[in-house]
Amino acid sequence: MNAFTDIRTRLRSSRRRRVLLVTALTLAVAVLAAVIGLTTGSFQASLGDVASAITGGADGRTTVVVVGMRMPRIIAALLIGAALGLAGAVFQTLARNPLASPDIVGFSAGSATGALIGLTLIAPPASPAVGAWTGGLLTVVVVMAIARSVGISRERTILAGIALSTLLAAVNDYLLTRAPIDIARNAAQWLHGSLAATSANDVVLLLASLGVLSAVLIAVHRDYRALELDDDTARSLGVRTGRVRLILVIVAALLTGTATSVAGPIGFIALAAPQLARRAMGTSGIPVIGSAVTGATVLLVADVIAQRALAPLQIPVGLLTAVVGGAYLFWIVARSRR
Amino acid sequence: MSAALVGLVILSLAVGSRALAPGDVVSALFSDRRDAVGVIVHELRVPRTLTALLAGACLGVAGVLMQALTRNPLADPGLLGVNAGAAVGVVVAIAFFGVGTASGYVWFAFAGAAAAALLVNSAARPDRRDDTVGLILAGVALGACLSAIVGIITLADDDTFESFRFWAVGSFERRDPDVALQLLPFALAGLLLAAVVARGLDQLQLGTDLARSLGVSPALVTLSAGVAITLLCATATSAAGPLAFIGLIVAHAVRGAVGGSVPVSLPLAAVVGAALTLASDIVGRVIAIPGEVEAGIVAAFLGAPLLLWLILRRSA
Repeated sequence: MNAFTDIRTRLRSSRRRRVLLVTALTLAVAVLAAVIGLTTGSFQASLGDVASAITGGADGRTTVVVVGMRMPRIIAALLIGAALGLAGAVFQTLARNPLASPDIVGFSAGSATGALIGLTLIAPPASPAVGAWTGGLLTVVVVMAIARSVGISRERTILAGIALSTLLAAVNDYLLTRAPIDIARNAAQWLHGSLAATSANDVVLLLASLGVLSAVLIAVHRDYRALELDDDTARSLGVRTGRVRLILVIVAALLTGTATSVAGPIGFIALAAPQLARRAMGTSGIPVIGSAVTGATVLLVADVIAQRALAPLQIPVGLLTAVVGGAYLFWIVARSRR
Repeated sequence: MSAALVGLVILSLAVGSRALAPGDVVSALFSDRRDAVGVIVHELRVPRTLTALLAGACLGVAGVLMQALTRNPLADPGLLGVNAGAAVGVVVAIAFFGVGTASGYVWFAFAGAAAAALLVNSAARPDRRDDTVGLILAGVALGACLSAIVGIITLADDDTFESFRFWAVGSFERRDPDVALQLLPFALAGLLLAAVVARGLDQLQLGTDLARSLGVSPALVTLSAGVAITLLCATATSAAGPLAFIGLIVAHAVRGAVGGSVPVSLPLAAVVGAALTLASDIVGRVIAIPGEVEAGIVAAFLGAPLLLWLILRRSA
C-alpha cells in the first residue's frame, strides 16, 4: 500500500513537472514571437528602442508604432487566443468530443452574425461585442436543442453545427452586401478573422471579459472537474450537472463572442489548442490553463507569421489558421477512420 | 421542367440592375441591335445566363454521380471540397502561370479537383457504408483549408483578381463573354462520360460482388465516375467559382421525382441543376438592388437548411 502511494505521488509529480515544463516552453515561444512582432516589420525597432518606447523615452514615431500599434495587437492576440483556447477546452470537455469546438459547431459564425446585425441593421449601430454575445448565445441555444435530440458528443450534432455554420456564413456574406461601403470594407477583412484593427480599447474589453469569465470558471472549477468523469459519477458527488453545464456553455459562448467581436471569426484555434495542450502535457483530461496558454501562443505566432511571411502583404490571421487548422482537422478525421 | 427553364432564361435576360421588358429582350436577342438594350442583352445577360446554365448542369450531374458513387446522401461537390480544389487550381493558374483564359485554367482546375477528390476519398473508409458523417467532415475540413489558400492567393495578387473577388463566392457577374463557349467542350466531355458510366453505377449500387457477376468492373466504373465528377466540378468551378449545395439540392430533388436510378436521373439532374443555378443568380440580382448577392450565397440559403434537415431527419 505504501509503495503504491509512493509510486502514485512520484507519478503525479513527474506529470506535474511535464505540465510545468511544457507551459514554460510555450510561454517562451510566445515571448519570442512577441519580440519578433515588436521589433520587425516595415518599421524596424531594436529591443532597446522597444524598451525605451515602453518606458516613455523613445521618439514620437517609435512610440506610436511600438506602443500605439504593435503592443495592443500582440496583447489582443494573446487574450483572444487564450479566450478561444479556454472556450474550446470547456466545450470539448462538456461534449467529450474534440470536434465539438465553438468554431466548428457555429458559435463563431453566430457571434459574427450578431455583430454584423448590430453594425448594419440597427440604428444607431450597436456595439459589436453586445451583438456578438447575443448572436453567440442564440447559436448555443440552437446547437443545444439539436444536441438534446441527437446527443451532444455524436458526430451528427457536429455535422449539424457545421451546416448551421455554413448557413450563418451565408447570412454574414449577405449582411456584408447590405452594409454601407465604409463598414463593408472593414467588415470584409474582419469576416476572415483579422487582428489588424485592434486598438487599446479592444484590449480593455478583452481584459475585462476574460477576467470576469475566468472568475466564473474558477468558481465552478470543482464541479467542472467532476463533469470530466461521467454524469452519474458527478451527480453522485453532489454536482448539479444541469446547472453547471449551463453555466459552462454560457461562459464558452461569451468567450467566443468576445474574441469574435474584436477579431472576427478566427477558426480552428478553439479546436486545436486544447488538443495540442493535452498531447504535449500528457494529461488524461483537457488541461484548462494549458489550453489558454497554448491558444494564446498559437494565435500570436500565427498573427506574426501572417504579418511578416508575405510582407508587405498582410494576410488576415483567420485565413492562415484556416489553412493550417483545416488540414489539421482533415488529418484528425482521416486518422480516426483508419 | 424544360418550359420552366425557358421561362427562367427569358427572366434572366430581362432582370438586373436595369430591368428590360421581355418583349424588348426577345427582339434584341434575334436581331443585331446595337442600342443600350442590345448591348446589355448580348454582352452582359446572354453570357451570364449561358455560364449559369453550364455550371448548373455540370453541378447537378456531378451531385447525382457523387451520391451514387459514395452512397452518401450528403455528398456534394462543394461540401466534399472538390470545388475548392478546382478553385485552388484556377487561382494558381492565374497567379503563378499567367493563364488568362477559361479554356487554359480549366486544366489546372481539373488537376486541383482530382487531387482534392483523391484526398477526401482516402480519408473516408469506402468499406463502411454507414460512414456518411466522416466523409463530409473530411470534405468540409479540406474545403476550409483549400478555400483559405484561395483567399490568400487572391489577396496577394489583388489586381489580377479584381474581377475574381466575386467569383470566389460563386458569382456570374462580370465574366468574359465567351467563358461558356470555351468551357462547353469540357462540360460535354464530362456529361458524356457521366452518361456512359451511369448504368455501371446503378449496378454497382447492388454491391460489388453482384455488379461483378453482371460483368461490371467496379474499379473501372469507380475510376470513370471519378473522372466524370472531376471534369464536371472543374468546369463548373472555372465558370462560376466554388458553388456549394447545388449538387446536393439537385440530387435530392431528382431522387424525389424519379427515384434512385442513375441513368434516369442524369438528364433531369442537368436540367434541374441549370434551372436552380440560374434561379439563384436571378434571385441574387433582385434581392439586394442596387447591389447583388452572389448566386453561391443564395444557393447556401437553400442548401444549408436542406443539409441540416437531412442530418437531423436521419438521426430520428
